[in-house]
Amino acid sequence: MPTERLRICGGAPDDGPFALVEKRANAQRLYALDPAALEQGLASGLSLSDARARAPRLVVAPADPKADCDLLLNLAARCARYTPLTALDEPHGLVLDIAGCAHLFGGEEAMRQRIIADFSAWGFAARAAVAPSPDCARALARFSSGGVFKDNAEAAVAHLPLAALEADEDAHFALHRAGFKTLGDLAARPTRMFAARFGNEFPYRLERVFGRADRRITPLRPPPERMVERHFLEPFSAREVLDAVIADLLREAAFLLEQRGEGGRRFELSFFRADGHVRCLDVETLRPTRDENFLAQLFREKLDSLADPLDPGFGYDALRLAVPRAEKCDALQESFEGAPQSDSERELRELLDRLTTRFGRARVLRFMRGDSHEPERESRTAPVSAPPSEWSAPIAGEPPARPLTLFDPPQPVEVVALAPDGPPARFRWRRKMHDVLRAEGPERIAPDWRTQGLEAPERDYYRVEDVEGRRFWLFRHGLYERGEGTPRWFIHGLFA
Amino acid sequence: MSRVKILDDLRLELARIALRHGFAPEREAAFALGESEVDQFLGGGLNRAALHEVHASWADWSAAAGFGLALARRAAPSRPLLWARPDFLDDEAGRLNGIGLAEFGVDPALLSLVRGRDAQAVLRAGVEAARCKSLGAALIEIFGAPSVLNLTATLRLARAAEKSGVTLFLLRVGLEDAQTGSSAAASRWRARACPSRALAANAPGSPGFEITLLRHRGGAAERSWRLEWLRDQGLFHQISEPDDAALPRALPSLFADGATSNLRRRAG
Repeated sequence: MPTERLRICGGAPDDGPFALVEKRANAQRLYALDPAALEQGLASGLSLSDARARAPRLVVAPADPKADCDLLLNLAARCARYTPLTALDEPHGLVLDIAGCAHLFGGEEAMRQRIIADFSAWGFAARAAVAPSPDCARALARFSSGGVFKDNAEAAVAHLPLAALEADEDAHFALHRAGFKTLGDLAARPTRMFAARFGNEFPYRLERVFGRADRRITPLRPPPERMVERHFLEPFSAREVLDAVIADLLREAAFLLEQRGEGGRRFELSFFRADGHVRCLDVETLRPTRDENFLAQLFREKLDSLADPLDPGFGYDALRLAVPRAEKCDALQESFEGAPQSDSERELRELLDRLTTRFGRARVLRFMRGDSHEPERESRTAPVSAPPSEWSAPIAGEPPARPLTLFDPPQPVEVVALAPDGPPARFRWRRKMHDVLRAEGPERIAPDWRTQGLEAPERDYYRVEDVEGRRFWLFRHGLYERGEGTPRWFIHGLFA
Repeated sequence: MSRVKILDDLRLELARIALRHGFAPEREAAFALGESEVDQFLGGGLNRAALHEVHASWADWSAAAGFGLALARRAAPSRPLLWARPDFLDDEAGRLNGIGLAEFGVDPALLSLVRGRDAQAVLRAGVEAARCKSLGAALIEIFGAPSVLNLTATLRLARAAEKSGVTLFLLRVGLEDAQTGSSAAASRWRARACPSRALAANAPGSPGFEITLLRHRGGAAERSWRLEWLRDQGLFHQISEPDDAALPRALPSLFADGATSNLRRRAG
């Protein structure tokens, strides 16, 4: 697979021996080889100089396990078209749980052929085996020519060489020395013997490879319980068709949700392109919903506002709608206060949902109370899905004590004060001089020791109005009496 | 408690009762600023289902924002608000501060903030908001005179506001001189900061604004006022005292109501 990755991106010659090398134990060693290199008798782990001696025409490139891993993840995502349960099978394999899926593709063998054909179209030579357990399938795929194995799996595994067990090198060597050639030879012996020699894991491993013990695979994405999909014989790309299919999927999903007495909070729409590419879009709502028209509108909004528009390529051959997050949602909704939910509440939520879908979660915000007395952390913003905070009313009879806006970080200003620890008399901010008409302060705010440490200087805040009537929030950083040198002044915010 | 405040409270209570029983609250076509002289001049107040523009120079950003926010509060008390602003204003004018909004007299829990990448995104959010009947008012902040903000754009906003009843305030800052461009707004104001009435010990008082009515659908002529925003009463009030702005370091002028001078206040 790694050599095919480079071949697809044009980093490898079209024919002739080609290999990837990695540096291991201070020597350049072969990491992966293409079929032509294998034919010449090269093997992975061989040092580069030895390999060059055997195959002078060998072309090499550095290995990039990270890119390989990304490619594998990408391929796994593409395989979501066959079954939602896909997992990586290191180093270069994938394992798909096709229980209950095979009939959709015309049976196991047809499905296997289709997968191999698809991979070949994507530029990869794949071998595939269908077997009762993941380990069994892995051994058969890697060490036989593949196929569908059901009841005959054990017999087929018995013919596999020792290497199919993928035991560590010592164990493999010891078994080889003892005269074992195939897995069948091992199975004929009592397992107690192997357990004593190679540890308790060994017999279990053998069982698994023979398909007698099953192992759960950990799928990359846990399958959502609520999922609907459509497959198409002919790929399509017209937007109208797409909209119609989405509406159709939403209708079905709404029905599904209604039967379960649920409403979705998060909807994921996956577009499977005919060439294997998968794109996933998601929308979230503030309250559980199964209103198909509203959701269709959200998806339209999402499609229209994508920074990198959907590229249909040669068209889509499958669409899937999943609802990974759903909550109980009865036919008649109750609002928080227990009063019947009014239309206006719903309308506002739908507006915020639409805006969130269009602009993103980080751009549609509500104000939250912070958990600190520090001006920077006194209040914060959070996505509108967060629960609203309670705000206390300001003290009656007082002018606003906190500014409408805060600069982050505070901006330095040059200040002239009449007394060293007095309020500013004039200050220069953004190259403009402001003469102070009125001032109130100081309000001393100690830094939060949890974030600033115990030694951080205090701040003396002043509400200041200049002769033109503009109101500012200035602070002096540090105190004169501490003898910390000249304190610096900053502007922290603007009052209305 | 002023009579205006009592009336406001009663109206709110009425609206709540109506809502609880499934009636859409009856909303008056116009909202008053609370200062009778201005309201009379405007013929009762400003239209609710309309677009209003507040212009200001860049240095007077806070006056435009404060005046706009106070108008929004007047137009839609206790109803949800939305504020759409472009990203870069966060660096230039600072980020909106929840507690500062509360101190100004707007419940931050009722305000949603939409941050747009540019003027176009902000206008787009504004149009969406203008179509939502359940919103009370929306503030749309635009810097300078971007080409996307043309007559068509203001028409779109004004039409949507007319249909839904949402009061729209277009805050246009960074306009150094009076703008003459055509717009579908029902009124156009220019806001400037104005020295507040000092509290005890020469402390800055309630936010003051010098506002000029530049244009009015009802045909009112150009006129200026100096208003202060009384948060506790939720209304504007004319600053009628002799202007002491020209005299820096003036003696602390005593508030008419001496009780408001506060022991917490310390001389600077």
